[in-house]
Amino acid sequence: MTVEKKRVSVTANGQACSAEVEPRKLLVHYLRDDLGLTGTHVGCDTSQCGACSVMVDGDVVKSCTMLAVQADHSEITTVEGLGTAAELHPMQQSFWEEHGLQCGYCTPGVMIAAIGLLKENPNPTEEEIREGLEGVICRCTGYQFIVSAVQKAATRIQETGVNLNSQRLVGEGTQND
Amino acid sequence: MIPVTFDYVRAKNVDQAIQQLKDSKGEGKILAGGHSLLPLMKMRLTEPQMLIDITGIDALKEVKKDGDRLIVGALNTHREVSIHPEIKEHIPLVAETARQIGDIQIRNKGTIGGNIAHADSAADLPAAAFVLNAEVLITNEFGEQSMDIDSFIIGPLITMMPEDSIVTGISFEIPPAHTESTYLKYFHPASGYPVVGVAVVAGTDSNGVIDYVRVGITGAGDVAFRATSVEEALIGKTPSEAVIKAASKSAAEDGEMGSDLFASEEYRENLCKVYTERALTSVLL
Ligand SMILES: Cc1cc2nc3c(=O)[nH]c(=O)nc-3n(C[C@H](O)[C@H](O)[C@H](O)COP(=O)(O)OP(=O)(O)OC[C@H]3O[C@@H](n4cnc5c(N)ncnc54)[C@H](O)[C@@H]3O)c2cc1C
Ligand code: FES
Ligand code: FES
Repeated sequence: MTVEKKRVSVTANGQACSAEVEPRKLLVHYLRDDLGLTGTHVGCDTSQCGACSVMVDGDVVKSCTMLAVQADHSEITTVEGLGTAAELHPMQQSFWEEHGLQCGYCTPGVMIAAIGLLKENPNPTEEEIREGLEGVICRCTGYQFIVSAVQKAATRIQETGVNLNSQRLVGEGTQND
Repeated sequence: MIPVTFDYVRAKNVDQAIQQLKDSKGEGKILAGGHSLLPLMKMRLTEPQMLIDITGIDALKEVKKDGDRLIVGALNTHREVSIHPEIKEHIPLVAETARQIGDIQIRNKGTIGGNIAHADSAADLPAAAFVLNAEVLITNEFGEQSMDIDSFIIGPLITMMPEDSIVTGISFEIPPAHTESTYLKYFHPASGYPVVGVAVVAGTDSNGVIDYVRVGITGAGDVAFRATSVEEALIGKTPSEAVIKAASKSAAEDGEMGSDLFASEEYRENLCKVYTERALTSVLL
């Protein structure tokens, strides 16, 4: 069976992007292969690990369990949209300071999921952080450092008043066809 | 993992979705949150040739009161269900259940209509649906109809849904004001689905006697069920630890227990009793 490709246009990290894809293409592959946003990882590919978590219209979702065509005309934030090496997002800064990562494979998804959590609950308890991060799996850290990083980020975000709903404009890594 | 090739369309309204289903001649499937369907398609356990995305149909997101019932539109996500003010006020059991499904990411996508239509034997919501005498609201080219939950779900992943139909909403009975409810679930440690999940609504009259009690159990076997033996053992009694313990002994009697590598039949039977006892205790004592 051959089917026509569909044009999928999104705003990724503040930038308008567009590509023609088969309906069966998963959002994570569209982000990585068509838009060049390789910060989002595929871990399990079975909706369990959350390494592929991105924000679609403000909601954290697992991009391995969503089709690119479902995301047409949506606003997407990936880890590339958080901060730059020169100016880290408070979440990134806190992960760095608290050693919230070892190999770093899970980290993009974990940080996006953590931002999703803080958007709903700006000042979570340790238990609420652990519950809020149920949808991500980390094989290295044992989670304790991740929890500390999210606690620190929560404090920092409240102090600095960073708007978690705004998208940073980053040029690198995105491409229009 | 990539599904086999298929075509994708978005439906603007229910009539269009039904027409698209008809046009696909049995090869099309409705796509709601996609969190049951897409994993199956990625593993190529199902290979629809056409997906009809209904998530743009705003009419399926409504929540409205209809006499002594609350109708929840099929497209409300688990997250929306868990925080919706009217759902929390009238049928808090459903909000509490939705809150325990999967994780944040799953709850942001999965829908109440999809959860019921998919009829997974380990889904959480059927327990609440059985307890609140839910009706599944269905529309097709011949019009609208409603089906009781126990005649709708007839087996694992098997429903009585007529061909080319859409579930538009789930209608739940609002329990009497003096009752309280809870949903307690024994999470499968890997999948997070319930191995056994028990929903309870119960209350006592002005003399402290149990005048209303419903117990629903999901996950234990192929289909969810009402533990009517437990209900019958409790009605008219004054709640106490001993009364609840004795009644909970028959929790597994009204359903068939399943068995798999993780949980044997006896283990599930025991979980039914233990979780029923805990749920009843938290509501009645
Ligand atoms: C990692 C993971 C963990 C999960 N954990 C849990 C859990 O703990 N408990 C639990 O209950 N569920 C769990 N789920 C399942 C989740 O709740 C699903 O979202 C839900 O069961 C299906 O809803 P959906 O909207 O995603 O449906 P879809 O996947 O879009 O559809 C499922 C099926 O129903 C049909 N369908 C959907 N909507 C309609 C409609 N309105 N009319 C007619 N047919 C329709 C589709 O054609 C398809 O056959 C989990 C899923 C994942 C991926
Ligand atoms: S890769 Fe998507 S959840 Fe693991
Ligand atoms: S840091 Fe290695 S998986 Fe989380």
